[in-house]
Amino acid sequence: MSKTRIKFDELVTDLVKAKGLEFSVGRIIKEWEEEPGPTPMPDIGTFREWDHKLLTKYKPFYLPWCDLCCLCTFGKCDLSKGKRGACGLDMKAQLSRFVLLSCSIGAATHCGHARHMVEELIAKFGRDHPLDVGGENVYLEAPNIRLVTGIKPRTLADLEDVLDYCETEIVHLLSSCHTGQEGDNIDFESKVFHAGMIDHVSMEVADIAQISTYGFPKADPDAPLIEVGMGCIDKSKPVILVIGHNVPPAVEIADYMRNHGLEDSIEVCGICCTAIDLTRYSQKAKIVGPISFQLRFVRSGFADVIVVDEQCIRTDIVVEAQKVHAPLISTHYKNFQGLQDRTGDSVDDIVRDLVEGRVPGVAILDSEKAGEVAVRVATAIAPKRKKFKIVPEESAVIEEAKKCRKCYACVRVCPNTLPIPEALEEASKGNLQPLSELYESCVGCGRCEQEGICPAQIHPHTLIVGASKRRIAEEKHKMRAGRGAIQDVEIRRVGQPIVMGEIPGVVAFVGCANYPGTWKEVPIMASEFTKRRYIVCTTGCAAMSIGMYKDENGQSPYEAYPGAFEAGGLINCGSCVSNPHISGAAIKIASIFAKRKLRSNYEEIADYIHNRVGAVGVAWGAYSQKASSIASGFWRLGIPVIVGPHGSKYRRMLLGRKDDKEAWYVIDARTGKSAYAGPVPEHLFIAAETMEEAMVLIPKLCMRASDTTKGRAIKLNHYIDLHRRFFGELPDDVHLFVRTIADIPVTMKDEVMALLKEKGWEENENPNPDPTLLPRLVRAKSEG
Amino acid sequence: MAFEPWQRGEIPGPIKAVVINKPEMVPALVKKAKKPLFIVGTGALRDEFNGKFPIDYAIRIAKGGNIPVVATAQTVVEFKRRGFTPTARMSLMEIGGRLTDPEWSVSDNGAPHDLVLMLGLGPYYMEWLVGSGLKSFAPHLKTISLNRFYQPHCSWSFPNLPVEEWYKNLEKIAQGMEKK
Repeated sequence: MSKTRIKFDELVTDLVKAKGLEFSVGRIIKEWEEEPGPTPMPDIGTFREWDHKLLTKYKPFYLPWCDLCCLCTFGKCDLSKGKRGACGLDMKAQLSRFVLLSCSIGAATHCGHARHMVEELIAKFGRDHPLDVGGENVYLEAPNIRLVTGIKPRTLADLEDVLDYCETEIVHLLSSCHTGQEGDNIDFESKVFHAGMIDHVSMEVADIAQISTYGFPKADPDAPLIEVGMGCIDKSKPVILVIGHNVPPAVEIADYMRNHGLEDSIEVCGICCTAIDLTRYSQKAKIVGPISFQLRFVRSGFADVIVVDEQCIRTDIVVEAQKVHAPLISTHYKNFQGLQDRTGDSVDDIVRDLVEGRVPGVAILDSEKAGEVAVRVATAIAPKRKKFKIVPEESAVIEEAKKCRKCYACVRVCPNTLPIPEALEEASKGNLQPLSELYESCVGCGRCEQEGICPAQIHPHTLIVGASKRRIAEEKHKMRAGRGAIQDVEIRRVGQPIVMGEIPGVVAFVGCANYPGTWKEVPIMASEFTKRRYIVCTTGCAAMSIGMYKDENGQSPYEAYPGAFEAGGLINCGSCVSNPHISGAAIKIASIFAKRKLRSNYEEIADYIHNRVGAVGVAWGAYSQKASSIASGFWRLGIPVIVGPHGSKYRRMLLGRKDDKEAWYVIDARTGKSAYAGPVPEHLFIAAETMEEAMVLIPKLCMRASDTTKGRAIKLNHYIDLHRRFFGELPDDVHLFVRTIADIPVTMKDEVMALLKEKGWEENENPNPDPTLLPRLVRAKSEG
Repeated sequence: MAFEPWQRGEIPGPIKAVVINKPEMVPALVKKAKKPLFIVGTGALRDEFNGKFPIDYAIRIAKGGNIPVVATAQTVVEFKRRGFTPTARMSLMEIGGRLTDPEWSVSDNGAPHDLVLMLGLGPYYMEWLVGSGLKSFAPHLKTISLNRFYQPHCSWSFPNLPVEEWYKNLEKIAQGMEKK
């Protein structure tokens, strides 16, 4: 299916004489072998019933940040203690509206990114450029797009149709947030799910477009290992730093360097997802680190030129770049940063102005030109800058530390309440170790340094970095470049053991770097579940954090574990927009392994995944609106998501009640009768207080109604084992997950049996139903 | 210290916790309650002072008032190491959500709770949010924060306190609960 566009440079007929005439003709359906399903291009009301089924099981628990709504001029309205605002909205509806706003922003951001990318790639590669994310290994190239829209995209142009649909939906979603629209919190929540679904479609568009055109690894389990960490950056060379998510300008930098024989004489490195995607393009590029590394790296002065595109960029980047005399190039109209648009100027003029310091930076909305300018400026300015930095030497850190009055003003603005005064006290005595230890738990926000915070004018974040120079120099790690999609053949191999429960689960570590403590918690968790033969997937900043860790053998997890989608595999799919390869893997299990119809058949596939595919997402450092919309795309598929403590600030959990037996019945599709399946998965969205709690939740939330007895025993084994390790005792809810004696792990039989007896457990009469929440699937099955 | 939220950006709204100026009022409130509950989180394992941790006082308070305890995350391990078995272990979000049900009780077939004491529920902001969730959606409950820092979404809270003063207050509360 695509829009047909016809363009005439010059048209002369008996009736018409025109120049530059361009028009498009509706949509032309290009059919494909699979019959259309029931819900092509669903609107915001299409899956309301499905959403309400999930929201009946998983009830929202709202956590208001404050008592007020201040979105319109009626307000501020006090919504505390059951009050309604002037518009009639109560607190639950207001908070669900807030979640919808957040998810709509997230979906719009990915969709806008995808639109920008597709337009740029069409201009460069042509509308008919074929999509190819894995050759013969990936027949099912766009599971989310096919599932939701019913479109099988073949070319870049086909992606435009997909984006047309997504943009329409996002407009409706956002408009639902206007005062005087939706008033029911559960209906708001249904729209939240819709935003998430649209988000996964949008992200899929962006990633398959860039994979297909830029020659990124195509579903390659052996994607190359690339370098990550500040210590990897060769500062003897001119250094170009790229920050953001939209990779084309960075690709142009790499191309210009290659075409001019400069690949080995200039260092290109990146922060956040542009960095990940650049290393999918060029293995000579390096990753500095996740989003939290922006301030520390810019202030270190390593970068001679900073190039920003869109998303997750510090909005004070101009100020920060100026502090170290590094010119800034903005490449995106969403992010002008107050800089003059020099897109139309000659490269020579722009380079001259930047090298001579006439302007702090420029906006160049032409990736190719920005690439050339960045390289030429870096080359010319590096000898002048001499890596000018504002991070102090250790001796200066000690002197600065002596100024601390222990007023705790810095602690009171620190997201992680880091013990800065105590560390400064030690530093003032010459012991920099405590200050250096804060480096791992500092999220790099810089709030401690804002004007008016410290009465002694100390800059704690900068001192932490200054005290950590040796640690930074040792930051040299390996990370597997983003491989993109999961191969169809991989799905065929693991589909059955996942659905039966014999592979205990698929765990996805995704999201940002707003960690509650040390970033090492992410690689510790990822390594634990890889060792336990779960399939561990990752993307984005979490993927970087996993790479920045060495085990007892000095290996990064990417060196220690295979990159294949298999038990014990550690799969880096890529950047934020690669997340749909994870949801896509779940969709593919339903389609390829179980042979469920895929095309525009969302509800049935989601029902399959929810009841059978033991997957769970972990966004330990989620901070952004994008992270919330990514999570909500998993929720609509019935996949639970765990967030770290900061994730509680999303202000709404989706919690099951394991003590409410009535909530956990499914329909046995074989008979149409109701069957008790137990509280699996118990929650759809929950913030864990600690890493240890998350590690116990993960195996628990991987349990599914379809588990075979062997599979359930394996899953219970992990749950009980981790519960005992971290909580020192047998879980008191094991009886809810044991359906029949055969579910009990053999090595734990005696103690589990004792608990079952104590709880008055009775064997489930139908321990292995063919579970569904959709009555229509019972009829379909009997007819079939 | 001041009667204001500990983290600078936290602005609660018009209804704020009554400040506990005299710790003796806590035992009085607990004794007046029909079915109190004590939630203790991993924050009770931090801020050691003179060889004691907040969890040590939590045990005395719970024992003295015969209050059922819900331990969150791995706090249960430290309770048991000290010879005390909490009534239940739940995640903070689970217990928060459960308490919005006016019929729910941690004890099977028990009467629903009317007062919740909180101590060390994760980082400051998590307790803030759960306190707020209960303020808005559990009108049948009163809440008391025993944290060192002001939690304005609770019904009662200490102001921001120096650690020594906080421990003195916990001691007084424990003694008050232990009085027969």
